[in-house]
Amino acid sequence: MTRASRLIIGIGNPSRGDDALGPRAIDRLEALNLPDVELLTDFQLQVEYLLDMEARKEVVFIDASASGEEAFQFAPVTALADQSYSSHALTPAAVLAAYERHYGQAAPPAYVLAIRGYEFELGEELSKRAALNLEAALAFLAGRLTLP
Amino acid sequence: MSFELETAAHPENLRRVAIEPLSRVEGHGKVTLLLDEYDRVQQARLHIVEFRGFEKFVQGRPFWEIPVMVQRLCGICPVSHHLAASKAMDQIVGATQLTPTAEKLRRLMHYGQILQSHALHFFHLSSPDLLFGFDSDRARRNIVGVAAAHPDIARQGVLLRKFGQEVIRVTAGKRIHGTSAIPGGVNKNLSQEERDFLLADIYPVIAWSRDAVQLIRRLFEQNLSLYTSFGRFRAHTLSLIRADGAMDLYHGGLRARDRDGHTLFDHVEYDHYWDYVFEEVKSWSYMKFPFFRSLGPEQGWYRVGPLTRVTQCDFIDTPFAERERREFLAFDEGSASGATLAYHWARMIEMLHAAEMIKELLHDDDLMGEDLVTSGTRQERGVGMIEAPRGTLIHHYRVNEDDLVVRANLIVSTTHNNQAMNEAIRAVARQYLDGRKLSEGLLNHIEVAVRAFDPCLSCATHALGKMPLIVELLDAGGVRLDAISRDN
Repeated sequence: MTRASRLIIGIGNPSRGDDALGPRAIDRLEALNLPDVELLTDFQLQVEYLLDMEARKEVVFIDASASGEEAFQFAPVTALADQSYSSHALTPAAVLAAYERHYGQAAPPAYVLAIRGYEFELGEELSKRAALNLEAALAFLAGRLTLP
Repeated sequence: MSFELETAAHPENLRRVAIEPLSRVEGHGKVTLLLDEYDRVQQARLHIVEFRGFEKFVQGRPFWEIPVMVQRLCGICPVSHHLAASKAMDQIVGATQLTPTAEKLRRLMHYGQILQSHALHFFHLSSPDLLFGFDSDRARRNIVGVAAAHPDIARQGVLLRKFGQEVIRVTAGKRIHGTSAIPGGVNKNLSQEERDFLLADIYPVIAWSRDAVQLIRRLFEQNLSLYTSFGRFRAHTLSLIRADGAMDLYHGGLRARDRDGHTLFDHVEYDHYWDYVFEEVKSWSYMKFPFFRSLGPEQGWYRVGPLTRVTQCDFIDTPFAERERREFLAFDEGSASGATLAYHWARMIEMLHAAEMIKELLHDDDLMGEDLVTSGTRQERGVGMIEAPRGTLIHHYRVNEDDLVVRANLIVSTTHNNQAMNEAIRAVARQYLDGRKLSEGLLNHIEVAVRAFDPCLSCATHALGKMPLIVELLDAGGVRLDAISRDN
């Protein structure tokens, strides 16, 4: 089976306020039915996600950010064996590093779309400010995905 | 009541060391040590900010939504919550006996969860400490270091984890937020194609699991004194047990033994667990301290989880795991069976058992049956209990006549082990930290003890920028004297 060139992983708990930004973004992207894109979502990254990254041309991680001035930030991420390596929740950089160790080759180009969130309590809805940030981030990402 | 090193006589005169939050322990875990001017440990406490808002989260919701909703409490063991809540809701709908297809599909899902969780814990969270040493170079003491020095072990860890996740995906209907377990049964069976897909990989999974048991055994053999004495303490024990005494991680009666191995109670139906287990509140911890009612809070605390299950069952009904259980119990005249680090050994025996059970179930045609749901006389109270990867998990609900949840109580395995983990860190503090200048390596000894239990509090949020480890050295007035951060 041929894999989609792009993999987009939304990270977060849908029931924890603004932590839902990642999965909400994936819900919205699913509705766009984007060609050659695979969408995944999970509460957090773990080491087996390196297997999902094989044979991709690009990987994008979407996560809520608990800090930062802007509505969102989009930045490349490279492999780094940080201390999240042995955690229940890995950083994108750590998964990339695990990929390189596992396959013995460079990981595909990867980016983090970090959307600013503010409230993370269980049972809370997305905050209004985070919802606005999500729209801005999706507008940016949709534009980028439609580029050749 | 108070335990040795739980409360210092004069804390105002002591230095305070805080490890916050614990690396590789999810949520808001923190250890505080109070040291006197001679670096003698006067107080050691593990604080875990356990989430207690789930009652509000589920109150007012229709009971049939709960098995799916509770998965959002925890990203690490959502399947365990899914199944424990489903078992509670089985009682609500009066389903006293599930159909063979429903029970076996749930069991398959559960063993997939056990396999992937134990693999993650051993290979990724704990093997760096075990393979390189507790105070080895921390730049190397991680899974990258393991991958460099032991590439086959690291690779097997990834593939075992992935296989367990695939079992969950196939049985739960989705990769995450599964929906297949419902009150009274399941909403899907296993197709022939799905069964063949999983069968294709099960034999290497069993082989790797057997290798993992041998790996932890070798580590014990090579470091016998350290491994059998590290953080050692004596505790009562609690687990589910099958009617014939076999290990059963999905269902059974309650068995409890005292510190000397004498039976306190056995084969107790868990739907009145509160007659046997009660929870105490302490002012310094958000997390409750459960204890056996018959012994009281001071004497009645206990431990749960893999070490308890492997030592407390009469046998394991899969051949490779049973052989390993016997060898584990006989090892060095039984010295490993009460060792804190033996949690890892027991965990690998359970992983092997889970792999064997998955193979056995995949050859059972009942998984492809069509009779999925049953029901009986409607009840207003439901209790579900399961042996989750980290230990006994209790879900308890009351549902009104409008089918809405009006009360909920969960006791997770990390809560059951609260006092036991505190005992382990106090033992380590006495053994390794008392009277010595603290270093990152020495403080990691504390974390090694906590990690043996694999406490999971991932109901905490994991947004970017929220997972640092800060070790702070404070004076008695709370002024920061020094700090080490593991946040890269």
